[in-house]
Amino acid sequence: MRKLIFGLVFAVLPALGLAAGAAGVPIDPMQPDPANKESLQRGAALFTNYCTGCHSLQYARYKRVAEDLGIPAQLYENNLIFTGAKIGELMKNAMNKDMAAGWFGAPPPDLTLETRLRGESWVYSYLRGFYKDESRPRGVNNVVFPNVGMPHVMVSLQGLCAVHPNVGVQASVEPLSGNINNGNLCPQYASEGSMTEAEFNQAMYDLTNFLSYMADPVKEQRERLGIFVLIFVAIFFIFAYLLNREYWKDVH
Amino acid sequence: MQKLIQWVDDRLPIVDAWNKHLAKYYAPKNFNVWYFFGSLAMLVLVNQLVTGIWLTMSYNPSAESAFASVEYIMRDVQWGWLLRYLHSTGASAFFIVVYLHMFRGLMYGSYRKPRELIWIFGMLIYLVLMAEAFMGYLLPWGQMSYWGAQVIVNLFGAIPVIGEDLSLWIRGDYLISGITLNRFFALHVVALPIVLLGLVVLHILALHEVGSNNPDGIEIKKNKDENGIPKDGIPFHPYYTVHDLVGVAVFFFIFFIVVFFFPEMGGLFLEKPNFQPANPLQTPLHIAPVWYFTPFYAMLRAVTVDLFGLPAKFWGVVVMGGAIAILFVLPWLDRSPVRSIRYKGWLSRIALAIFAISFVILGYLGLVPATEGRTMVAQILTVLYFLYFILMPFYTRMEKTKPVPERVTG
Repeated sequence: MRKLIFGLVFAVLPALGLAAGAAGVPIDPMQPDPANKESLQRGAALFTNYCTGCHSLQYARYKRVAEDLGIPAQLYENNLIFTGAKIGELMKNAMNKDMAAGWFGAPPPDLTLETRLRGESWVYSYLRGFYKDESRPRGVNNVVFPNVGMPHVMVSLQGLCAVHPNVGVQASVEPLSGNINNGNLCPQYASEGSMTEAEFNQAMYDLTNFLSYMADPVKEQRERLGIFVLIFVAIFFIFAYLLNREYWKDVH
Repeated sequence: MQKLIQWVDDRLPIVDAWNKHLAKYYAPKNFNVWYFFGSLAMLVLVNQLVTGIWLTMSYNPSAESAFASVEYIMRDVQWGWLLRYLHSTGASAFFIVVYLHMFRGLMYGSYRKPRELIWIFGMLIYLVLMAEAFMGYLLPWGQMSYWGAQVIVNLFGAIPVIGEDLSLWIRGDYLISGITLNRFFALHVVALPIVLLGLVVLHILALHEVGSNNPDGIEIKKNKDENGIPKDGIPFHPYYTVHDLVGVAVFFFIFFIVVFFFPEMGGLFLEKPNFQPANPLQTPLHIAPVWYFTPFYAMLRAVTVDLFGLPAKFWGVVVMGGAIAILFVLPWLDRSPVRSIRYKGWLSRIALAIFAISFVILGYLGLVPATEGRTMVAQILTVLYFLYFILMPFYTRMEKTKPVPERVTG
């Protein structure tokens, strides 16, 4: 019994640690899907077109991304590298850190590991959290990252939300009228974008999915390999167990 | 083959060594599940050494490129991610098996005469392991690496008179910098592993000199047959080698689940802020050491009063150091006529349970930000931690023990 109690205590310890990481900002959950190559490809295209001017992915290489995402090297080079870099190079950009600090208050961070630092759900929520706020230097603010220095880069896609967007807010149905409350991301737009809300949500999912792949590119391979390793260890256990039983037969 | 062995044996006593430490090392036949953790600690040590050597081949110990070189290992080096996860998970696994190994010693009185030296070598291993883990944690040069090291090295600054100079000497700079990183790297990959290996050899030599304890805490050497072999002893090889193989399989199963599916372990084994490069100008909101240091970190924070004109921080360091130092004298605190918890009285059992629970809860408290309530709990638990040792000479003598059997029981 005592053994059991101590075992339980050790088993519960990690869970307590998980519970410790509390966050005070609204978050919509996002579950990445590294097997969805189309989503990753759309995310890579979005990142290249909208983010890469300011944010580098300096620990990753174009070639690896092209291979992992199933994009032919030539196609990738022609359409997704704007800097004249060779496909084997690291995904850097030309942003001057010191000047950028002057423009935005802080240099735009490298995003290679962003989802491992903040989590996929945070990134997904942040990307959808911009709204109009004339008191800020860029005219926008963010519900997930208050007073952020970054402008709303994808305003041409989403449009500009005039009020706080419904990030981290559960939609609810009014029982009498059947009206849905908070069903939309943005209740009221100050300007329209080229995408519908559903399209924009999907686009931000793809972009977050791509960043999730970027932060942990080996995840899919790792988990597949892990299954085989565990099967091997399980079979090894059977033989070790039988060998042990055979030897210990004569110990009384 | 036989000839070759003979040739070597004439020049080096390999057959003798094989017999002394394996084939004719008689271990009690009643080892239970708690006795797996010694050999598992050896296994993890080998894992750390081997993966460490390969990581060193691609790691770059400079402030400018350490972080990038770790990502290079994770992305560009063939199987680099596996080497690194084996190493990072192995670090935590090392502490898990060592803590369980030590708890086994506490339960069955493995530190009692004549095994005091085994216990002391073991404690030295634990100390060196903590230094090794602390210095290794700086190497990825992430935010938590940096600020964790900053906090711990600053602790030395709390020592009166020499403190500031001492921490300056350890850092080699006025703040943690590339200089510190380079010397920690040298200590982590060369100096401390050598010391660690030497201590492990001493730990095992001392063990094999006096023989293993067992869950009953009785000496199997008291009951020998006509050949001078303990009646309750069995040769370590092959009986315990095949036995430990089963333990290895179970351990690997759990270990690889973490390595392949949860390498960050929810931020416990690899802390989230460490995915951001070290930034000396930006202090993280909440600095917590890795989980295996947190019981002591909680004790450090629990001391909040200035005393005798010295700051609370200094007394915190004293308490933290004392918590580890007191373990060294454990063999002389236990006055019970019996070794094992199986035959000790209720006082010892309750004391051990309170001690273990205090240690685990302190570990949790060290992970989370301090609040007034938590600090108070940490203070109570710190006192309980020390009472386990300080009161031990009394409760082990006062209580009524059970009769100890002549021969080992299952």
